[in-house]
Amino acid sequence: MSAQTILQVEEIEVVYDQVILAVHGVSLAVGQGEIVALLGANGAGKSSTLKAISGLVGAERGDVVGGRILYRGADVTRVSPDTLVRDGLVQVLEGRHCFAHLSVEENLLIGGFVNKPSRQQLKAELEKIYHYFPRLKERRKSLAGYTSGGEQQMVAIGRALMARPRLVLLDEPSMGLAPLIVEEIFEIVSRLNATEGVSFLLAEQNASIALQHAHRAFVLESGQVVASGAADELAARSDIHAHYLGAVA
Amino acid sequence: MEFFFEVLIGGLLAGVMYSLVAIGFVLIYKASGVFNFAQGAMVLFAALTFVSLVESGVPFWAAFALTLATMILLALAVERWVLRPLVNRSPITLFMATLGLAYIIEGGAQALWGAQVHGLELGIDDVPLEFGGLFVSQFDLFAAATAATLVLVLSLLFNKTRIGLSLRAVADDTLAAQAVGIRLRRIWTVVWAVAGLVALITGLLWGARLGVQFSLSLVVLKALPVLIIGGFSSVGGAIVGGLIVGASEKLAEIYIGPLIGGGIENWFPYVLATLFLLARPAGLFGERTIERV
Ligand SMILES: Nc1ncnc2c1ncn2[C@@H]1O[C@H](COP(=O)(O)OP(=O)(O)O)[C@@H](O)[C@H]1O
Ligand SMILES: [Mg+2]
Repeated sequence: MSAQTILQVEEIEVVYDQVILAVHGVSLAVGQGEIVALLGANGAGKSSTLKAISGLVGAERGDVVGGRILYRGADVTRVSPDTLVRDGLVQVLEGRHCFAHLSVEENLLIGGFVNKPSRQQLKAELEKIYHYFPRLKERRKSLAGYTSGGEQQMVAIGRALMARPRLVLLDEPSMGLAPLIVEEIFEIVSRLNATEGVSFLLAEQNASIALQHAHRAFVLESGQVVASGAADELAARSDIHAHYLGAVA
Repeated sequence: MEFFFEVLIGGLLAGVMYSLVAIGFVLIYKASGVFNFAQGAMVLFAALTFVSLVESGVPFWAAFALTLATMILLALAVERWVLRPLVNRSPITLFMATLGLAYIIEGGAQALWGAQVHGLELGIDDVPLEFGGLFVSQFDLFAAATAATLVLVLSLLFNKTRIGLSLRAVADDTLAAQAVGIRLRRIWTVVWAVAGLVALITGLLWGARLGVQFSLSLVVLKALPVLIIGGFSSVGGAIVGGLIVGASEKLAEIYIGPLIGGGIENWFPYVLATLFLLARPAGLFGERTIERV
């Protein structure tokens, strides 16, 4: 597997404020070009796992106290987020986190700065994002804070894509959005995966939509992996929904 | 009526000087959420360094460049020894740290340059000029033009450059900024260096007016009401707030002062600020969070 594995997480433990154990002993892997879903109810440890991988737990007074994380074969446990972004590993935060007082276009541009592109490269990158998210082009001059939830999610994803990532960690893209918008966003994720070859590790409470678009999935409960397998197999197991995924079916 | 306008214009121009001090605070507050108590000490330190260099024979622009370089070194030091160790701490902890920093900078300035009062000559005489029957101080005009230039440069920096946009991104959402690969340490250093430049220009203008001495660090007290009125997070607010404070305190001094025995210039801005605080806690231009999910 190692030849095609882009991300390998081995037995990581995440602790906040030196005492709150949020993740204990999670192992998972994402293959090159794969969409992998990380499912689980609220509080299961999905976001903590993603932030451990992207290096952002540190910014929330958290730490990876055990295990290790391999990205493209190299140990990146506790590596700083900016280094990882430059190497093509970018997280889209839960709750979208747009720069509210900046325009949609400024939000996107900022996502591209990390690679120090020339003006033309940056412009070309921006046009590519507008190609995938035509709606953002229409709203380019609007302040991100005044766009709809769906548009903000697109800004957040588009901003991450501006860094030309190999692997995107996508945290709850469906949160608070109408089903049609959720469908639209997942369609775009699938297209990005198919045409640009971007791998995705996506955390979701909404298991049904995630399993429709993912190749494989891991199910978390109380900071541990309790099930994993191919997406269609997991989708067929009714006990998964009943036991681990709460209300959303 | 002419007299009224002269007082008003004099007040507005004086207000620009208050705006300058306030802008230094706003920059750091926006980027790191800290009320930088050391801004006044930085004003003093910059002015004292500049004057001492000029007095020891360094030409004006060389002294300016050297002082600016010193302020950049100070920014690097603050990032390394104050901000970095205190990352993720509460705003009150950071505020206390800037309090300590203020004393260290003032102490350092005194140890380096001594405690005597220096005169500062910018080559602009404080003589009145006449415009259509109104007399306006030439120095005030010069100060206002300098401030306007500085504000223009800052707004170009924030709106047109990558570092400026990154800075605004950090001000808006620090976690998201880190998520797209922005390095907080670098941003903090840049912000403190820019605040150092603002402190230098403030120090020169105020120093030319009051003399370069330790009370210069007290210009901070003039900035507080400006910040309360204009909001802590808006450069535009700092400008308007400064103009309001400058104009109203001069008008109050002339027209209300005699009724209650004068001397109200020093406390009137605080009364005004308190009234604003009651009516608009975020200030005139304080960025309200955009509420929409
Ligand atoms: N910044 C934090 N500080 C302290 N505890 C946290 C923090 N973030 C998450 N937790 C705790 O860690 C556990 C897992 O949370 P999280 O990773 O956000 O789960 P999920 O994303 O699956 O909802 C929860 O018990 C939560 O309360
Ligand atoms: Mg979560």
